[in-house]
This record gives sequence, C-alpha cells and structure tokens, in this order.
Amino acid sequence: MPGDPVLAVEQVSIRFGGLVALADVSFGMERGHITAVIGPNGAGKTTLFNCITGFYRPSSGNIVLHNAKRHYRLHRMPIHKIARAGVARTYQNVRLFGGMTALENLLVAQHAFVNRHLLPGIFQTSTFRRQEQEAVERGWFWLRFMGLHEVANREAGTLPYGQQRRLELARAMASRPQLICLDEPAAGLNHQETEELNALILALKDEHAMSVLLIEHHMGVVMSISDHVVVLDHGAVISAGTPGEMQRDDRVIKAYLGEEESAQVPTAPASGAS
Amino acid sequence: MNYTRSLKDATVAALLGLVLFVPIMGLVLDGRSLVYRFPRVAVLVAAIFFGRMAVSLLAQTQVAAEFAEAMAPFEAVWRKIKGQYGNRAPLFLAGLAAALVIFPFLPASSNYLIQIFTLSLIYVMLGIGLNIVVGLAGLLDLGYVAFYAVGAYSYALLAHYFGFSFWASLPLAGGLAALAGCILGIPVLRMHGDYLAIVTLGFGEIIRILLTNMVWLTGGPNGMSAPRPTLFGLVFTAKPAAGETAFHQFLDIPFSSSHRYVFIYLIILSFVIASIWIFKRLREMPIGRAWEALREDEVASKALGINHTTTKLSAFTLGAAFGGLGGAFFATAEGFINPTSFTFIESAIILSIVVLGGMGTIVGVVLAAVLLTLMPELFREFENLRMLFFGMAMVFVMIWRPRGLLRVQRRQYEETGHAG
Repeated sequence: MPGDPVLAVEQVSIRFGGLVALADVSFGMERGHITAVIGPNGAGKTTLFNCITGFYRPSSGNIVLHNAKRHYRLHRMPIHKIARAGVARTYQNVRLFGGMTALENLLVAQHAFVNRHLLPGIFQTSTFRRQEQEAVERGWFWLRFMGLHEVANREAGTLPYGQQRRLELARAMASRPQLICLDEPAAGLNHQETEELNALILALKDEHAMSVLLIEHHMGVVMSISDHVVVLDHGAVISAGTPGEMQRDDRVIKAYLGEEESAQVPTAPASGAS
Repeated sequence: MNYTRSLKDATVAALLGLVLFVPIMGLVLDGRSLVYRFPRVAVLVAAIFFGRMAVSLLAQTQVAAEFAEAMAPFEAVWRKIKGQYGNRAPLFLAGLAAALVIFPFLPASSNYLIQIFTLSLIYVMLGIGLNIVVGLAGLLDLGYVAFYAVGAYSYALLAHYFGFSFWASLPLAGGLAALAGCILGIPVLRMHGDYLAIVTLGFGEIIRILLTNMVWLTGGPNGMSAPRPTLFGLVFTAKPAAGETAFHQFLDIPFSSSHRYVFIYLIILSFVIASIWIFKRLREMPIGRAWEALREDEVASKALGINHTTTKLSAFTLGAAFGGLGGAFFATAEGFINPTSFTFIESAIILSIVVLGGMGTIVGVVLAAVLLTLMPELFREFENLRMLFFGMAMVFVMIWRPRGLLRVQRRQYEETGHAG
C-alpha cells in the first residue's frame, strides 16, 4: 500500500548536556517497506533508535506510530507501552533471556496477549489453557520460520551466536509488532549467515507485510534489501532516497569518505557491495 | 611420580593449617594473659604437612588407580539410577508427601520429632516464598525475615486485641505480610543488586527494632503469646475453658498432648503442599515468565511490553505472602513469639536454603530446607561446631554445585501447529 505511513519522525532533537546528538531529524516510513538508517560512526543512528523505542526521551519533536485504528505519540510513552503499541526491536549486542529456553523467550514476547491474571493461571482454566496453547503455537511458528525449531527447548544462552541473532528476531516478531527495529542485525555474522539474514528480513516484509527499520553498517545488506535509505551525519539527516540514489549522492559520499578520516565503513567483517 | 606437586600440595595444606591453628591452639587464654603454645601448633602443622604429602603420593600410585577402577562400576550404577529417575521430580514429591502424611501416625514418631518436622515445613514454606523473589525475579532480598515477623506478629496481635481465631487470623497474617511486601517494593523499584540487598537488609532490621521498641503494642522483648489452632471450634487442651469443647472429649478418647502437635503438623503440611503446587504453576504462568525475564534482562523485558513496576511489585507481594503464612504457622506452633526469633540470621538461613537448594527449583529448596533444619537437631551434641559445619557445607556446595544442589529443569514443550 504506497502512501500509507507507519512511522513519522518529526523534527526530533535530543541533547545530552551541551552535546546535540540529534538535530531536527525528520523522516517518514512507509508501511510494509524496509527503511535503512545509515551514517558514519557517531552520526546518531542508535540514538535515533533509542528515541523511537522509548529508551531515550527526545528533547523536542514528535514520533508518531500510525496503527490501523489510532496514532501513538511514542515520544511521550514509557518503553513497555511503546512495545505494546507495536514497536519491537533487536539489539546491537544480543539481549536474550539466556537462562530460559528459546520457546520461553518467545512466550515472554507474547506477554501482552496471554491471560496474565493470577487465579486463572493457578487453576488453569480452559480459557487460560487455550490462550497459552495459542502462544505456544505462535512460538513454534516463528521458530520454524527462523529455522530454530530443533533448538526450541534449549536454553537461549547456550545457542551459537548466529542462532541467538535469529532468535532475537523471532522474539521481536512474536510480540506481534507493527514496526520492527533492527539494530545492526548483521554485526558479527559471516557472509553466508548474512545472506540468510537478508532472505529472512525480505521474507518478513513480503510474507508478513512487516515494516522494518534497519540500522546497518554492512552496505551489502542495506543496498540489497532496503526500499528507502536515510543518511545521518552529525545528528542530522543529510540525504534520503532509494539505495541507488544514495550511492550516487555527493553529500553521502562526502560524509563517508570526505573530510573525516575516521568515517570509514566500520565493524562489519566483510564490507560488501559498497 | 610427581614429587614437586606433592610437595606443593603439602606446603599449601600446612600453611592453611598454620593459619587455622595459631589462633585456635597456639594462643591460650589464662586468666587475663595470653599464653603462647607454639610447640603443639608445630606438631600439628608437621602432621598435616607429612599427612598431606603421604596422601598426595599415595594417590599417584598404582594402588590408588586400581581403587578408582574398582569403584567405577558403582559410579556407573549411580549414573544409571540418576538417568532413570532424574526427571521424576513430581513422583518424588508425591512419594515424599505421602510419607510425610503417614509419618506422625507411626509408633516411632514422638512429639519432639513432629515439632522438628513442623519447623522444617515452615522453612520449606519460607524457602518457596523467597524463591519467588530471589530465584525467579532475581531480586536479592536480605530482609525476608521481616515478612516472617509481620506474619507472626499479625497473627498474635489480631488474636490478642481482637480475639480472632486461628482460621480468621491466618489469611489476614498472609495478607498483611503481602501488604508489607508491596510497601517495601515501591521504594526499591529502581534498585538493583547490591543496593537492593542493602535496603532490604535495613527493612528487616527496622521491623525487628520496631517490634522490640513498641512495647505498648507488642510487649517488646517480653514477646507475646499466640493462640493455638482449633479444629471446627474444638480446642486441643486437657481441660478446656468453660464453653469450649476439647478434641478428645468430642471424640471421647483419652487426652494426649500429641494430638495438637499432629494437628498443627498436618495443617502446615497441607499448606506447604499447596504452596509447592502454586509455585510450580506460577513458574509456568505469564507472571512467572515475566519474573524470569526481568531477572535475565530487565531492559529487554521492558522492550517486550512487560511492565516492570507491576512485575517487581507482584514478586515482592507474593513472596511476602508466603513469608507471612510461614510466620503465622511459626507463631501458632511455638505458642509464643518475641523479636529474637526474627534476627538477620533467619534471613541468612532462608536465603541459604534458596541458594543451596538451587534458585528457582522446588525439590532442591525442599531438600535444603529439611537439611538445614534437621541437621542442627540431629547433631545437638556438637552445638558449638554448628556454624563451622554450616560454613563448611556452604563452601563445599559452592565448589561442587555452584548453582545449588539441583538445577532448574526447564519445561519442555511439544512441537505443535505444523500447518502454520
């Protein structure tokens, strides 16, 4: 559905003391599109993410999530309410519930959709059992989707790194989001794992009409799967457009290769197509 | 043979012996002066040195290897038993419960034994309550005894000032303790780890000091009496007061003091079984999963829509409710309470029960609670050494089983919904 916004970021600024981390950042996200936020180190990408997901509160500006029925003013909501409004996220460093099994991680993600009352749970009423069963089935669905069904009953902390990354993605999807924010999903993955991840993110978009907001250093990922790219530098949007346009944009090239020597494409093990 | 290793072992052991025995054996208090008796320390340390050396050398010989080999089949048998019955916790618990129900009616049981078991059961209940707070929600609470005290005193005060009976005060004691848990929970919502531990420790002390100093209400250090339980209005005394009927009169059997002990024991047993069942359910419920998620990663759990305020408060409240019930049972079983029963050492013992048993486990906590309450009774002759053995047991468990006697068995889910 073109022209259907899922997220609007309007003139968001955030200051930490004297440091302006984001200055009047504005952009929109189409529903069912993959939007990538790129920029050199320290450009404010993760700060922007933290504003959208409620970890930071913007000093000024609005962040609005458009649901089918209503609008949520995310810049005024606490973290858990933002999550319930339909924003799920993953982390640069995986943050799973390591002592719980993979499936239990996905059940936690569905906390908002199961019967949380004390007595029905203790006496296991039929509605409680039915809702639990639904949650378990949905958990299995996402585990199969991510190819993790064989490790469903293993503790998440004991899984290999690549599987932990996919489990985090599954956990975010199990919370039934409108919008999923991925913070460097390819960090630490090898070439083959990165390819698999690309396919999974595309499948989320194509099969589940998911809107994806992506921070990525790995240009190969950004260029091959995103529909729209927003380029940040020094806390401000310097350009936005399709991946092709961005590759030819002078300001973008300057931000990455120009004035600052340190502003190289960092951290990702293989620097891919850029 | 590796002589250097043996020499090193022996030296380390001797040094340890030196550190231990100089203050214990080397310094003798004679009147007001200290007398130094180093020769006997030297003899002991030398004995340790050569003894350790001999053991270390012996362990490297053929004989020791053969001995280890000879023991191998036993180990295999043990492993087989473990493999067969390792996952039978429910079976084990059911068997244990049945044995415990029958136990007071056996001819071998005495009032003394029944009282000890009653105390064990109270500690099982406290262990389960603290297991919610520490084991599941990961909130280190060093003042859990406060809720135990609130429960016990609520029970005694309600009976003393309002004449409430056992069955009326019991739920109120649990409820008031839960309220205390909720009140403690509010200021510590933003605290983690060490800070939380310090605040809860302070809370425990505040409650005890209040109980000691509010003499007009609680009788202070003199304590107060707590009423004995009744069975449908029947009391358990030899000569009931006017208007009361005694249990033995009602059944027309001769009076025995053991009736009351058995009765209290059975009530507590049934509550403990119910608590275990509730704890097991809680662990598999959304609230239990939210507690565990909070323990594993608070930030990630918030970002999945878990309200950490209500989740933490519910852990404190429910945990405290179990503590309050435990306190009420303690009061009714003892018949008398005073603030010395609610010192920090109680908190430490309950926490040890949870940590030794294995955080989040049921069987482990039951085992640890029974061990930690039965052992001191069984070895009453060695009362002076009690803390020493307690400490040693703690050290050994931490070396061999750093995560407690038993590990949590995560629930295994069957794969469902293939069509999806």
